[in-house]
Amino acid sequence: MSQINRLSKGGRINRNQPLTFTFNGESYQGFSGDTLAAALLANGVDVVGRSFKYSRPRGIVAAGAEEPNAVLQIGATEATQIPNVRATQQALYSGLVANSVNGWPSVNNDLMGILGKVGGGMMAPGFYYKTFMYPQNLWLTYEKYIRKAAGLGRAPKENDPDSYDYLNQHCDVLVVGGGAAGLAAALAAGRSGARVILADEQEEFGGHLLDSRESLDGKPAADWVAKAVAELQKMPEVTLLPRSTVHGYHDHNFLTIHERRTDHLGDAAPMGEVRQRLHRVRAKRVVLAAGAHERPLVYGNNDVPGNMLAGAVSTYVRRYGVAPGKQLVLSTTNDYAYRVALDCLEAGIKVVAIADARSNPKGAWVEEARAKGLRVLTGSAVIEVRGSKRVSAARVAAIDPQAHKVTSPGEWLECDLVASSGGYSPVVHLASHLGGKPTWREDILGFVPGEGFQARVCAGAMNGVFALGDVLADGFEAGVKAATEAGFKPVSGELPKVFGRHEEPSIALFQVPHEKPTARAPKQFVDQQNDVTAAGIELATREGFESVEHVKRYTALGFGTDQGKLGNINGLAIAARSMGISIPQMGTTMFRPNYTPVTFGAVAGRNCGALFDPVRYTALHSWHLKNGAEFEDVGQWKRPWYFPKAGEDMHAAVGRECKAVRDSVGLLDASTLGKIDIQGPDAREFLNRIYTNAWTKLDVGKARYGLMCKEDGMVFDDGVTACLADNHFLMTTTTGGAARVMQWMEIYHQTEWPELKVYFTSVTDHWATMTLSGPNSRKLLSEVTDIDLDKDAFPFMTWKEGKVGGVPARVFRISFTGELSYEVNVQADYAMGVLEKIVEAGKKYNLTPYGTETMHVLRAEKGFIIVGQETDGSVTPDDLNMGWCVGRTKPFSWIGWRGMNREDCVKENRKQLVGLKPVNTSAVLPEGAQLVFDAKQAIPMSMVGHVTSSYYSTSMGFSFALALVKGGLKRMGEKVFAPLADGTVIEAEIVSSVFFDPKGEQQNV
Amino acid sequence: MLNIFCPHCGELRSEEEFHSAGQAHIPRPLDPNACTDAEWGEYLFFRDNPRGIHHELWIHAAGCRQYFNATRDTISYEIFETYKIGEKPSVTAKPNSAKQPSRAAGEKA
Repeated sequence: MSQINRLSKGGRINRNQPLTFTFNGESYQGFSGDTLAAALLANGVDVVGRSFKYSRPRGIVAAGAEEPNAVLQIGATEATQIPNVRATQQALYSGLVANSVNGWPSVNNDLMGILGKVGGGMMAPGFYYKTFMYPQNLWLTYEKYIRKAAGLGRAPKENDPDSYDYLNQHCDVLVVGGGAAGLAAALAAGRSGARVILADEQEEFGGHLLDSRESLDGKPAADWVAKAVAELQKMPEVTLLPRSTVHGYHDHNFLTIHERRTDHLGDAAPMGEVRQRLHRVRAKRVVLAAGAHERPLVYGNNDVPGNMLAGAVSTYVRRYGVAPGKQLVLSTTNDYAYRVALDCLEAGIKVVAIADARSNPKGAWVEEARAKGLRVLTGSAVIEVRGSKRVSAARVAAIDPQAHKVTSPGEWLECDLVASSGGYSPVVHLASHLGGKPTWREDILGFVPGEGFQARVCAGAMNGVFALGDVLADGFEAGVKAATEAGFKPVSGELPKVFGRHEEPSIALFQVPHEKPTARAPKQFVDQQNDVTAAGIELATREGFESVEHVKRYTALGFGTDQGKLGNINGLAIAARSMGISIPQMGTTMFRPNYTPVTFGAVAGRNCGALFDPVRYTALHSWHLKNGAEFEDVGQWKRPWYFPKAGEDMHAAVGRECKAVRDSVGLLDASTLGKIDIQGPDAREFLNRIYTNAWTKLDVGKARYGLMCKEDGMVFDDGVTACLADNHFLMTTTTGGAARVMQWMEIYHQTEWPELKVYFTSVTDHWATMTLSGPNSRKLLSEVTDIDLDKDAFPFMTWKEGKVGGVPARVFRISFTGELSYEVNVQADYAMGVLEKIVEAGKKYNLTPYGTETMHVLRAEKGFIIVGQETDGSVTPDDLNMGWCVGRTKPFSWIGWRGMNREDCVKENRKQLVGLKPVNTSAVLPEGAQLVFDAKQAIPMSMVGHVTSSYYSTSMGFSFALALVKGGLKRMGEKVFAPLADGTVIEAEIVSSVFFDPKGEQQNV
Repeated sequence: MLNIFCPHCGELRSEEEFHSAGQAHIPRPLDPNACTDAEWGEYLFFRDNPRGIHHELWIHAAGCRQYFNATRDTISYEIFETYKIGEKPSVTAKPNSAKQPSRAAGEKA
């Protein structure tokens, strides 16, 4: 339980609040204020995971979002598992349970590591393609083991107990990053009165000011942070969002922020609180002050635990009071990293040596180190380190960076901590999400944001400004500029005084040279998360992958969950050197959202469970429930599928329902059919143009079936439309097509024929539709209506207004079953009462409720199509044998007419809708089955069509199907075959698609 | 997410209220029957894919349900104007002030 690496004093931790946590099954203690990474280091945990490909032991490298190795699985229970959490960004809480995601049987004793050692040579870039290609049939075997070995975390198998939400926000100025530049920008914008959101990914605002040696106005920098935050908190128009990562910069200044509201409190959110929130912000102006990531140097065995970023060492020492090692060797290319040695010295860590790649450094930090007696080796760098699970020594030698040569044998220095700094890479990600190309600046040896299309200002280290005084001024200026552009008056303000230091330029060094060629030198890791080495990148360029995007894909550089935050610049510098071109010539890969991983919970927000998608219920839903309906989803609608009685399966229930309709009377809830009310003097003309058939002569009181095609001549919806008055029609559409048809009519009306006076209103939900179908439907309906149902007074394909069940109703005499049918439409509010009266009266007729399955069987027996089942966007009315529904002489060239007269649509031998009757009368063809004329043909067989609908008909006593068959209408009586996946073949005879009552006598009585 | 000014509602609203309906200003031939198959195919299937100024048809689907046109830069995604059906675009060439494109070919890969 002892925190062996905890310093006796210092750090922004609360030593009075110890917290117990578990890592890989072991219990440890840390303090409130720790990150998980800080607490692991405090406890001397060196190995936090095994690497992806070679299974090498890996330790903590960084202290922030750029961490490549300490990517852990968090969660005390199955339901609260979160994969891929960066330990460096996870606040410690009591009871935290973390596990390594790689390593079997454990991270300390890993069998894959042995494989990595022997198999290193065969695991070069592209090894998947090169090694596992042959024999082809073994790939499935290889893949299983590769996947097992390669995992990075796992998804929970139980439902997340927490809730998440969205917040849509608008602001004048969004400031990204709460370090020195961001705080100054927020102060400037806030003071001008602008509505400001300041978002920062860390637990507290301040960025590197929280671990800085520098003073502001003569006091610790953190004091100024506290003052600035206090001032911002008092501003009513300023919103402060800590623990909030701006992870995406989208078009028109729309940014998304991932706020972790309670992740620092416990395994699950406290009662009533949202765990994470996604802010969707539309900002007038954006200040990007995302800072910079230190670049590690690439040297031999630089992945052994104990190799860290220089700045991270300072952060652990100063901010968390943790000593990440006992003996430090620092390898640097710049002045600023010297502070790390000074910090370590003060914390009691032995500073063995500082290797500076520059030949004659004399900056203020350098001189301070020398004055304190530290050993500075100039013109040198750490070439390689020794150690397996922890660094034990580092070899420092003289180098010539220009010639990429080692110029002295160097010496091995005993140490357990190697801190490296190759300079600072501005965090340009957000500035580049929309395509703004970063620009290389040779003076700072880094890419800075290029010009962008969006209304944004970049400030501070992200902008290539590094000296603290300049950063504050740059941030303030950016805040003033953003607020002014958003329409606020500029403010001036005092900035804290910074003690200026003379800093000298750094030197360009990415991959440290080694005596041996890269391919034979100890592994020099560029991207630790994906195990990409300098040798791998050289190999990729030698094999001809010259574009940076190709190098990335071939080597997997930057493909990890860290998106190569540490490795990418080093990688492209190595590729550039290998090809003899400059870094800007090489260019960067694209930066895409998200900056750091966002949980699925945050992405989903409230849109999960019952709120995932709206569910639409008909007005009669509770009656269906009461009567034991099984439901089917049709679009968003819940429709009764069938109504099983005790002991019945679907087959039995559907058989009974079908028989009831054919013998007596059935009841279908048809409310979900789309209904569009069409009014206006040109309504009739409009119908003429969008339906395939003619509407000019449809009298008031009559109804007609219509087909709709798209301009290409293919069927896209159908339904019955009734003429309510000369300028008033009620159109019905398919259940799923209602919205589509409505928008279809709108686009033609608004963009092509605005001169037509016609209006469309969706009335689907206003009317409930109860269909009574069967020979007894007239008798039954007559008991509950005042409408004259006499067959001459109320003939087929007409409609009447009257009362049903005592309320106003429209009754349409149309049929989708082939039986005498009435569709009773009443206001949805009245539907339940009307239904109860119908059901009461229906008892003596054995009125049987039926669902969509029975409806499908009955309509298929009649050969009635269902759009989307018999059609698939490549079927014309003639293909469906529905040429009778095509108005070939209509004066206006209606939608679809020209299309269906294209050469291809009028050719012989198109696939046509026919009926199929299996020779084995009980064999039901699978829907979708492919058909052939010659069952004995060798594979590949000539496919001539497919089954679109297929059922067993209880009333007819045999199975039947509808199918699209090449030239089918001229092949009546011929045989087709459906060879199935299980090797069996179903033989069927091509027959008319109308199986039941071909003359239509049953429906017209 | 684009921020789109609906010329019917007179307000800037977020893209999620809108649907794009493809290229604007493609009138249906007045006499489709006079078109050859090739001409009809051209009307039906072929669309421009410009780098830069593009006139597009949009619908304010979750708003007023009205169609309108937008002139948009396919590189920067900047929307220069929106205008009602039947009106002519006022921006047909890239304004001089527009910044240089910064997406290079192939970068979407």
